[in-house]
Amino acid sequence: MNNDIYVVIEHVREQVADISYIMLAAAHDLAQETGGEVVGVLLGNDAQALADNMVADKVLYGDDPALAEFSSDAYTKALAGLISENEPRAVFFGSTTIGTDVAGVLSARLDFPMVSSCLKIADGKVVSQICGGKIMAESELADMTTIITVIPGGYKPEEGQGGSPEVTPVSVNVADLKVTLREYIEPEVADVDITTENVLIAIGRGIQTEDNIELAEELAELMDGAVCASRPVVDQGWLPTPRMVGKSGQLVKPKLYLALGISGAPEHVEGMADAENIIAVNIDPGAPIFDIAKYGAEVDLFDLIDCLLEALEDA
Amino acid sequence: MTHIMVPVKLVPDLVEELEIAESGTALDMAWLRLIINEFDDHAIEQAILLKERSGGEVTVIAPDQEGMDDVLFTAAAKGADRIIKLIGDFEEGTNNHALARAFANAAKEVGPDLILTGVQGNDDLDGSVGPYLAEYLGMAYVGYVAGLSLEGDKAIVQKEYPGGLIAEMEVTLPAVLGIQAAEEPPRYVAVSKVRQMMKEASIDEADAGDLDTSGGLEINSMYLPEAAERAEMLEGDEEEIATKLVEIFKEIGVM
Ligand SMILES: Cc1cc2nc3c(=O)[nH]c(=O)nc-3n(C[C@H](O)[C@H](O)[C@H](O)COP(=O)(O)OP(=O)(O)OC[C@H]3O[C@@H](n4cnc5c(N)ncnc54)[C@H](O)[C@@H]3O)c2cc1C
Ligand SMILES: Nc1ncnc2c1ncn2[C@@H]1O[C@H](COP(=O)(O)O)[C@@H](O)[C@H]1O
Repeated sequence: MNNDIYVVIEHVREQVADISYIMLAAAHDLAQETGGEVVGVLLGNDAQALADNMVADKVLYGDDPALAEFSSDAYTKALAGLISENEPRAVFFGSTTIGTDVAGVLSARLDFPMVSSCLKIADGKVVSQICGGKIMAESELADMTTIITVIPGGYKPEEGQGGSPEVTPVSVNVADLKVTLREYIEPEVADVDITTENVLIAIGRGIQTEDNIELAEELAELMDGAVCASRPVVDQGWLPTPRMVGKSGQLVKPKLYLALGISGAPEHVEGMADAENIIAVNIDPGAPIFDIAKYGAEVDLFDLIDCLLEALEDA
Repeated sequence: MTHIMVPVKLVPDLVEELEIAESGTALDMAWLRLIINEFDDHAIEQAILLKERSGGEVTVIAPDQEGMDDVLFTAAAKGADRIIKLIGDFEEGTNNHALARAFANAAKEVGPDLILTGVQGNDDLDGSVGPYLAEYLGMAYVGYVAGLSLEGDKAIVQKEYPGGLIAEMEVTLPAVLGIQAAEEPPRYVAVSKVRQMMKEASIDEADAGDLDTSGGLEINSMYLPEAAERAEMLEGDEEEIATKLVEIFKEIGVM
């Protein structure tokens, strides 16, 4: 085993995902402890240019037509040999639609341990955030290559940007794939574009029923804003997908984000943490949403909406 | 005929307060209220939708844990053909690598063409069971799945990317898929129907054998997060809070 930290770079349709830069920043924290280099691992087809603007000591680049777009099988095959031959101290993957498809399979294939949901590296330890943001856990690297999946929030993408690392080609073998991309299906066209609204009335599972959504709509109308939601509300079919905020939904930065009955799970926070003013209403004083909100109210959202509708009409 | 296996797990109900056990390295089980992982509800729904659409058989499998019988009978009431309890020592000390090995052994007996897991559990530190299970069975894995159809020996899978983008993937069967959302919201079954199942259906048992935890990780400590800054809490009754909110709205320039 050597002391290098590998970072598996994610990209979709010729765009490097922010999580890649976040991982590079985390890898630098870890490399300071291990004394190794930060090595980006880029897989693609004619994608070498994506290695620009990365804070890494070097980038290993594997090229193959089958790597033009992500396939879990292709990535796993390309990475298994590279990782087992070089045995870096740790390998970072995004805790994302791309990273999680590969990290676990490699952990099982290579018999390397894995730590999920790493938010930060502190004194060489991996600090993970689990249980919807309600629990933190610290673990040490095992005495062999450790696979780590990273969630956003602990580092800013800018911390991993800059420089133009030296790119070294590596050979990859990605034949006989069991998983291939057929096509991309573009996002549904939205009736309202929540990414451009000044005021968002955000509702979560606390809204309880589809009929209650009307209350949020009334509020949004009075405030000249729009209603958006957390994942469970959309998964119930109560609001269309383009209204979903978070990891799998939209990234929003409104002037006001009024979160009603939303717990503040990391996957939700990922989509709204940069809103200018977050105000949270929740009956659970321990809800993680209060850790990122500017103002909070520990009251029943239905009682509050009633009073707020009145107060707004009077104002 | 497609045979679909769905492993389900219980996770902490996050609406409750969570406490750390005396060991300092795990959640305190005594205070924990466990509920079915919501993504498993979606996995069960997706399995039953597939069966209704193109025939096949659905087996739901879960470790023997308090509260699991209800979960299994509910799955049967929704349309699962077979429900299995995995018998073994799942108390302290197990991990997802060990569980995946146990499920892989059970899967060899069940013989599924397709395994649908929930995309992830909210309490994971040791990775997710789905990818491990796929690897131990030599199957392909695709997660973040929100809908699929079957075409011959392939599954055509809708995989979620951020921002609502979908990647349509072709996956050679047999495979393990991590379900993020079913094509329809999970169906509701009346309690009376579940009770009826308790009388009519029976739970099969499979032996988990010795749990092999190798490849797992060491947790140093667990703790509750300390927020750097917490929200300024608005005091008073709802009416007073509403008035304060209107003032804040004016202050920040949204009114
Ligand atoms: C891979 C993956 C991707 C995901 N992507 C996303 C995503 O893009 N967006 C997203 O939002 N989630 C996403 N999730 C789900 C996420 O983990 C959480 O489960 C989800 O955000 C929880 O939504 P919620 O806060 O509405 O519900 P809950 O966590 O159930 O919270 C409901 C809250 O309402 C409060 N409440 C209940 N009743 C009332 C009342 N009367 N008045 C006031 N408060 C009340 C409760 O105290 C609770 O805090 C993803 C999960 C995974 C695994
Ligand atoms: N203990 C378990 N029993 C049954 N299924 C499990 C168990 N752990 C994980 N799974 C399956 O794997 C999925 C992902 O959970 P996790 O491995 O906790 O991320 C769950 O939704 C289940 O489908």
